[in-house]
Amino acid sequence: MNERSSKTPLLTARDLTLRFGRIAALDGVDLDIHPGEVVAIVGESGSGKTTLLRVLSGLMRPDAGEVSYLGQDVLGMSEAARRRLMRTEWGFVHQNPRDGLRMAVSAGGNIGERLMATGARHYGNIREQASHWLTRVEIDPARMDEVPAKFSGGMQQRLQIARTLVTLPKLVFMDEPTGGLDVSVQARLLDLIRALVADLGLAVLIVTHDIAAARLLAHRMLVMRHGVVVESGLTDRVLDDPQHPYTQLLVSSVLAA
Amino acid sequence: MYVATKGGERAIGAAHAWLDETGRGDPALPELTADQVQAQLGLAVDRVMAEGSCHDRGLAALAVKQSRGDLIEAAFLLRAYRTTLPRFGASAPLDTNAMAIQRRISATYKDLPGGQVLGPTFDYTHRLLDFRLAAAGQLPSGAPEAEANNEPTPRVTEMLAREGLMQREAESEAEPGDLTREPLSFPADRALRLQALARGDEGFLLSLGYSTQRGYGGNHPFVGEIRMGEVAVGFTPPELGFEIDLGDITVTECQMVNQFKGSRTEPPQFTRGYGLVFGHGERKAMSMALVDRALRASELGEAAEAPAQQQEFVLSHCDNVEATGFVEHLKLPHYVDFQSELENVRTMRASVEAAK
Amino acid sequence: MTHDPGYNFAYLDESTKRMIRRAILKAVAIPGHQVPFGSREMPLPYGWGTGGIQVTAAVLGPADVLKVIDQGSDDTTNAVSIRAFFRRTAGIATTESTEAATIIQTRHRIPERKLREDQILVYQVPIPEPLGRLEPRIAETRRMHAMADYGLMHVKLYEDIARHGHIATSYSYPVMVNGRYLMSPSPIPAFDNPKMDQMPALQLFGAGREKRIYAVPPYTSVKSLDFDDHPFRPIRAPHVCELCGSGDTYLDEVLTDDVGGRIFVCSDTDFCSERQAMKEAAE
Repeated sequence: MNERSSKTPLLTARDLTLRFGRIAALDGVDLDIHPGEVVAIVGESGSGKTTLLRVLSGLMRPDAGEVSYLGQDVLGMSEAARRRLMRTEWGFVHQNPRDGLRMAVSAGGNIGERLMATGARHYGNIREQASHWLTRVEIDPARMDEVPAKFSGGMQQRLQIARTLVTLPKLVFMDEPTGGLDVSVQARLLDLIRALVADLGLAVLIVTHDIAAARLLAHRMLVMRHGVVVESGLTDRVLDDPQHPYTQLLVSSVLAA
Repeated sequence: MYVATKGGERAIGAAHAWLDETGRGDPALPELTADQVQAQLGLAVDRVMAEGSCHDRGLAALAVKQSRGDLIEAAFLLRAYRTTLPRFGASAPLDTNAMAIQRRISATYKDLPGGQVLGPTFDYTHRLLDFRLAAAGQLPSGAPEAEANNEPTPRVTEMLAREGLMQREAESEAEPGDLTREPLSFPADRALRLQALARGDEGFLLSLGYSTQRGYGGNHPFVGEIRMGEVAVGFTPPELGFEIDLGDITVTECQMVNQFKGSRTEPPQFTRGYGLVFGHGERKAMSMALVDRALRASELGEAAEAPAQQQEFVLSHCDNVEATGFVEHLKLPHYVDFQSELENVRTMRASVEAAK
Repeated sequence: MTHDPGYNFAYLDESTKRMIRRAILKAVAIPGHQVPFGSREMPLPYGWGTGGIQVTAAVLGPADVLKVIDQGSDDTTNAVSIRAFFRRTAGIATTESTEAATIIQTRHRIPERKLREDQILVYQVPIPEPLGRLEPRIAETRRMHAMADYGLMHVKLYEDIARHGHIATSYSYPVMVNGRYLMSPSPIPAFDNPKMDQMPALQLFGAGREKRIYAVPPYTSVKSLDFDDHPFRPIRAPHVCELCGSGDTYLDEVLTDDVGGRIFVCSDTDFCSERQAMKEAAE
């Protein structure tokens, strides 16, 4: 991919440090993500990967370090500016769709919300867009006026993705997007994410403990343990030739399973 | 003509007259005096002072009489009066450690300095209707006198704190906020929360406190201590520059001792839930202490999911004068809005019919 | 007329009035923004106009002429009670005529007669937060206002259309003030919303229980939220007034028997009796 080699990263983080009492949640973490690039952050629970995602997306402040998005200082930005980014150029896909959807609002309303928040005022056009995005995430547009509570877990997650992508963001944060789903449903969702990401040229930062998901989706990966990035590189390289003993352990545990 | 366009003024006047007549009841019976209310319905007076947030037994008794025993209406009368009073200043903090104890019990220690004092309580009465009270005229036989207990009565929580087992409250010299002067904003600090709870409805706090015991935000409480008695109110007039004693008031204080697992920054220890109300209001003081502790969930790093732990929910709904006004305003005319809804529903029904 | 010597003019003490006037000035400076104020406990239940009364008391002078309406009518019991309150505590002149009034306190209606620059309209507001039904946490709605993050409000209107084919809000219909703040017009019928836009009179809103004051200065833009392809439509009963024959005013429906008999009459009683008088004079 050309974009991957492009010189200007979309998001950069330098020397992120965050402690919870005596525990280091982040310890000198550096990261770059370029337009169109999918980067996976893997590690066991408690390794600091979700904290890293929250810090990068501005939801949590680190004790020290810098995060910049296209030259803007994310940590120094006003909440208004951060919220504006969150509803336009960024997206966030939560592990639990209930955290990312309005459960009492119809599927169409869920997708339309980001459009309306950015000024869309034509009901017919909003419906058209909603219908288009439902189709793209393989939900029958005839179900547009149903509330997500009636959908299966996999459909809810696809709806959350449609709701996030409708404003064509440049960068999407995903926190264990396949976490709560059955294995068969996971595979379908991963395929869908892969296709959408490629079509739309999205940059994605995905946190997962699922090595197989990382292999399928990510161009590059970072392995975290105790708040430290112990290894990073192209996904195939890291998984086929792990250098750090912890990475070797992670990879072998997947193979053994 | 079906359209009543006049007569509101006359109707209100007549309604007020009828209200007065009904309130007096049978004129053949002697009229109840406010003094009698104050002396013999003392717990009603206490509750009205607490929820009316104004310590004046005489006015509270008058309000109980005027409201015909509707205690929320009485608290409302007292509040409306209180708001017109000039403010001279704020008293010194009450020192409940120096309380002249009438009742003091601890559920955490069998015996302790100052002892257990049962005091005038319903607790161990058998709840049998006492028909001797129906036949008026009898004076009670009188309670036995005991030697005055001059032993100091230190607070249970203080004794625990000296051992490092009870979290100490942060000391502050800052003037506490006053939600009757400045609107509450969220998150509200603990002083404001306690003010709101102290004025709050006893029934609402009782139910919320009860809900924490049944698992909706449980925090494993023990009654460290309940004490009731008289405390001195001190005040420093600016023109004098030293503190003078304004008199004594009766208050009930409850300190609940709650488990706390410890957090990233603090070792495991007990934490406190605090309740203080005017007069003898044990049920309210205990409920307040439970809810106070529940409202500290977030600052203690506990999940705050139960209703009693959500401060916007609790503080916005605990005031019975606000609540009763807003619930009862539904009986005011709403026919303009209802007319809009009628047309709206008719339009929707017509479009459903048309689509058939 | 003189006022009750037991109370300060218009009941509230002067320092409280100054506090309320400061809140009003701030509200006028930021049209549509809800200003928290130290609402006092009034001798009137919460929800019955405690906010409107405090605003009226703060702007009332001895030369003012006060009109109070509830549901458009001067003679509904709560309007009578509030008018009597100010007659007693302020000793000011009261009127039932919209034209003669300098201050009009209202619950649920805007008078049909066009208001002038030298008049103030004071609304009683039960729930000032237009986002409240969608997001009950005040801390969060304040943030949404600060960020002008109003997508959620449009989601509600979207859902109405998706479910009912049109926007199903018939009163308390949310408005955008001066292109910036989303505001609740109080529970007036949506029919009255267009009267708020560019109104020559100052509009003040008082919510006592919720402790908020907000304002729309004279000649300010007030737009009812809608979609380009589903424009705002004011709703009224499609009839004429039985008493004055008006076909373009807001009507109340009055049941005359229990077998479907009904008539429609103007909700604004002053406007209706003026028209009746004119009709009689012409005959």
